[in-house]
Amino acid sequence: MAKAAGVVAAIAAAGVLIGFYISGYLVGNTKVFRPTAQGRSVHLTIETVAAVGPQLAPHPDWVSYLVRDTSGHWRRTTIWTLPAHALVHVTIYNFDSASGLRNPLLGRPTGLVGSELVDGKPLTVLPPDQPSHTFAVPELGVLVPIAPVADDAKNTCGYAPCPLSNAHRTITFTFRTGKPGHYRWQCFVPCAAGFLYGFGGPMQTVGYMDGFLNVV
Amino acid sequence: MTTAPRDGVIANDGHGRRFVIAFIVLSVIATPLVAIFVGPLFPPGNGSAQAHEQVFDNTWLVAIMTPPAVFVVVFLLYALVSFRSRSAAVVDGPPIRGDARIQAVWMAATGIIVLFLAGFGSYELVQSGSGGGQGPNPAFTPAGASKAMDVQVIAQQWEFTYRYPSYGGVEVPHLVLPANTLIRLHVTSLDAIHSFWAYQLGVKADANPGVDNVAYVQTKGPMTFDIHCAELCGLWHGYMFDTGQVVDASRFASWIKQQRTYFGPVVKYLPKYSTIYLPDPQRRAG
Repeated sequence: MAKAAGVVAAIAAAGVLIGFYISGYLVGNTKVFRPTAQGRSVHLTIETVAAVGPQLAPHPDWVSYLVRDTSGHWRRTTIWTLPAHALVHVTIYNFDSASGLRNPLLGRPTGLVGSELVDGKPLTVLPPDQPSHTFAVPELGVLVPIAPVADDAKNTCGYAPCPLSNAHRTITFTFRTGKPGHYRWQCFVPCAAGFLYGFGGPMQTVGYMDGFLNVV
Repeated sequence: MTTAPRDGVIANDGHGRRFVIAFIVLSVIATPLVAIFVGPLFPPGNGSAQAHEQVFDNTWLVAIMTPPAVFVVVFLLYALVSFRSRSAAVVDGPPIRGDARIQAVWMAATGIIVLFLAGFGSYELVQSGSGGGQGPNPAFTPAGASKAMDVQVIAQQWEFTYRYPSYGGVEVPHLVLPANTLIRLHVTSLDAIHSFWAYQLGVKADANPGVDNVAYVQTKGPMTFDIHCAELCGLWHGYMFDTGQVVDASRFASWIKQQRTYFGPVVKYLPKYSTIYLPDPQRRAG
């Protein structure tokens, strides 16, 4: 009897450890970020970087999104709590070069309130060889292609966090959150260097190129 | 109903006859009730001709399985009631010996059921493919297949997009189909293996890169339907879903016109329409 109980306890312990390992891998140890809302309006400031760096992640060479917190620090978290039926004004500073889309359709911005602006100019469509990344919330119909830093740009950023003195593109857009829910967002560009078809590692781990919008 | 032990053995007091009568009577009552009242409740509903066929198939299956189920339940209940020990004495049941008639009936009944199901299933499949993916050269096509409307379903990690070759090759992020129309779906993938499952339409077809997997669906009236990926395909597999619509012809015409206008600027970047979708990817990272 004692032996059976020991076996059961060992299996349970192993299950818990495996569960922690898998969940830790999937969520990438990310934490929830809640930007300050002004009524039904929220501002998000984001960086997209080619290498997240050793300060912010256990995988310094992984591509990543970062978000700026209220104290001005860049944080590696991709789970954001947003108010329902709110306008979310987003500014993305992109420090990465082009990777290109598998599906050219995703070069067309959709689901936005107004236009997507790239360096202040409205974007109709981004050619498929251009996007560095996308910011997409499929359930909300939101898709934003992110224009790249030129391959021959000077003063490119190495490891994040990247200051605005480095070569970058500025993408601004607004979308509406809609009803309360748990919406995933993701990048559709196969931008994970060193992984099969560019879609492993940071593309399959929450906390880098994927996340959730907790709309409450 | 107590069976008195005789020489340490429970006597066979006509149990077989009583059991068979109970089984036949209950089967005759239960089978039509199940077919009439339970069968129509089976998935996937009545959203398309293929879905309707699947409900019909499921109704037949559940009707056919009713007598065997009744057999098991009646046998169990009969045994519990009739053979329950009422004394502390431990006695043997009647000795079991081979019975050629029972064996022959058992073999014949199960054989007939299996052969009927094989024939029935094959016949149903031949009618129209039953909404399943049939690969690039479908063997089972519904009547009027040569005039079917083509729609390409493109899977990628992690969403489906849809292309309408007869409308300028426009590609859109949501599936809308005209009502009362035969649709030929060309299901493919840009990356991993996915599976396109339009539940209420009764369509399920694997999406493999470089493969044109054809499935037919005959839409009925306006409705919404759920679309899921049914093949584990990575982190957001569980979120790879969408809601499709079947709309009447005029609304479809208006919708496709809007889509061609909105997505017009990106059409020039799409690859020339082909039954497989292999754009020229800039896979810097792999």
